[in-house]
Amino acid sequence: MSSDLFQYVIRLGDNALINGQRLAEWCGHGPFLEEDLAMTNTALDLIGRARMLLTYAGELEGEGRSEDDLAYFRNEREFRNFHIMELPVGDFAFTTARQFLVDAYDYHYYRALRDSADATLAAIAAKTLKECEYHLRHSSEWMVRLGDGTEESHEKITRAVTGLMPFTPELFAADEVDRAMQEQGIGVDLDSIETSWNQEVDRVFSEAMLERPQISFTRGGGRQGLHSEHMGYLLAEMQSLQRAHPGLNW
Amino acid sequence: MSNTAALSDTFQKRIDAEEKIEPRDWMPDAYRKTLVRQISQHAHSEIVGQLPEGNWITRAPTLRRKAILLAKVQDEGGHGLYLYSAAETLGVSREELIDQLHSGKAKYSSIFNYPTLTWADIGAIGWLVDAAAILNQIPLCRCSYGPYARAMVRICKEESFHMRQGYELLMTLCRGSDEQKAMAQDAVNRWWWPALMMFGPSDADSTHSAQSMQWKIKRFSNDDLRQKFVDQSVPQAEYLGITLPDPDLKWNEESGHYDFGEIDWEEFFQVIAGNGPCNHERMSARIKAHEDGAWVREAALAYADKQRQRAEKAAA
Repeated sequence: MSSDLFQYVIRLGDNALINGQRLAEWCGHGPFLEEDLAMTNTALDLIGRARMLLTYAGELEGEGRSEDDLAYFRNEREFRNFHIMELPVGDFAFTTARQFLVDAYDYHYYRALRDSADATLAAIAAKTLKECEYHLRHSSEWMVRLGDGTEESHEKITRAVTGLMPFTPELFAADEVDRAMQEQGIGVDLDSIETSWNQEVDRVFSEAMLERPQISFTRGGGRQGLHSEHMGYLLAEMQSLQRAHPGLNW
Repeated sequence: MSNTAALSDTFQKRIDAEEKIEPRDWMPDAYRKTLVRQISQHAHSEIVGQLPEGNWITRAPTLRRKAILLAKVQDEGGHGLYLYSAAETLGVSREELIDQLHSGKAKYSSIFNYPTLTWADIGAIGWLVDAAAILNQIPLCRCSYGPYARAMVRICKEESFHMRQGYELLMTLCRGSDEQKAMAQDAVNRWWWPALMMFGPSDADSTHSAQSMQWKIKRFSNDDLRQKFVDQSVPQAEYLGITLPDPDLKWNEESGHYDFGEIDWEEFFQVIAGNGPCNHERMSARIKAHEDGAWVREAALAYADKQRQRAEKAAA
């Protein structure tokens, strides 16, 4: 088993899981019914994607860990998701901006990952890309509606974007795992993803009448299991039942 | 015969002949009013019903269960959407209906005012609450009003899926550890009586029943449906190894049905009146979501308006 490949896959799985977990908090609380359904739909896609990836990670590891072992019985320091995924939901502007920045990343990432030399990852990417397409369309449209809607919505989405941009450099910071996987033709080229992502962000921001904010600081460390203070609470909630009654079937 | 009397007569004849009444057809005001009340109550129940189960989405014990629960709660929102749309065909807007819910003028099913305290509640809701909903709703697929009947066909299909998922969840708990069995039993103890109340007051006290029967909006009495629910639930409980919390529950050879104990109607009327264990919390959550979403809805409208103006300008 390649431990680099295991790391590579579990990172993708954790990103999907933690983003899905956060987005699912909106279920039943959306700004109107159609949007409530749409957010729940995206959350469902993300949980489904996490299940495929974590199951595959468990197979690669070869120690018999299932998707649930990986989701429910790892501690905060063992999760490998980016910080942007774990930030609290905030208001609808914050959720929209987060989803847009992540959807644009995922769209270009999974598009490239379809050509992975690893057949399982390539198959997962092909399935995932279809979802990423409509996630990106949906969040881009909302960026434009909020940016070019009312004064209030423009102000709220500007604030959300300003708050989120410092979390985006982490998405493109390649480490030795990314480099090893790229060399083997399994992983994607993060530099080229960054270029496409920047174009996508600039295009939508311009349509949404949004300025791209200057970043004065950055946040990251998710790859090393160094998370924000929010992560412990997210896991405490998500894992509570499994941790209280370990080793049972649910 | 006056014109209205003649129209009423034709209307009732169409109903008696099992013809569907469609939005543009003539209908008595009282029929329209009854339908708006019933369909909107039903829509409100779906969206308020998202809350008790939604309470467990972030804590579902496996990823498979999380996905099932998310999909289920999403389905409920979807049912709300079809039903608000069906109500709109009767000339009332969704906004008006939601205002009625928030002001307390419109009711929703009393069952959603009970709390979901443990994971087993998600199974008990699927098995008992969805089963009761299905029994109430299957006859509505043949309701005389076309848009309502058609919405119900789709809803019933999804509800029966939910019921099986809930039963399967409880089955897993009942085949599990002693703690899991106790969790399942406790949930059924708490949900059984509120589920029986879902069929509404007993026939003698039901205010809207007779007229609704004549209009074929309703086809079976509350008590008949409740009996059917008890009869189908008892063997299902036995199969799970769960005891239903009613010492008077026993098979009656003569009637061919199960006898069961007296429902605490005082509790039912208290919950309907707004004094159930979660009425306040449910309404607060709905109102908060609506108020917090106001700026989003305004932004979407403002943007659509700008787009329209731009298109007109470009065309000019």
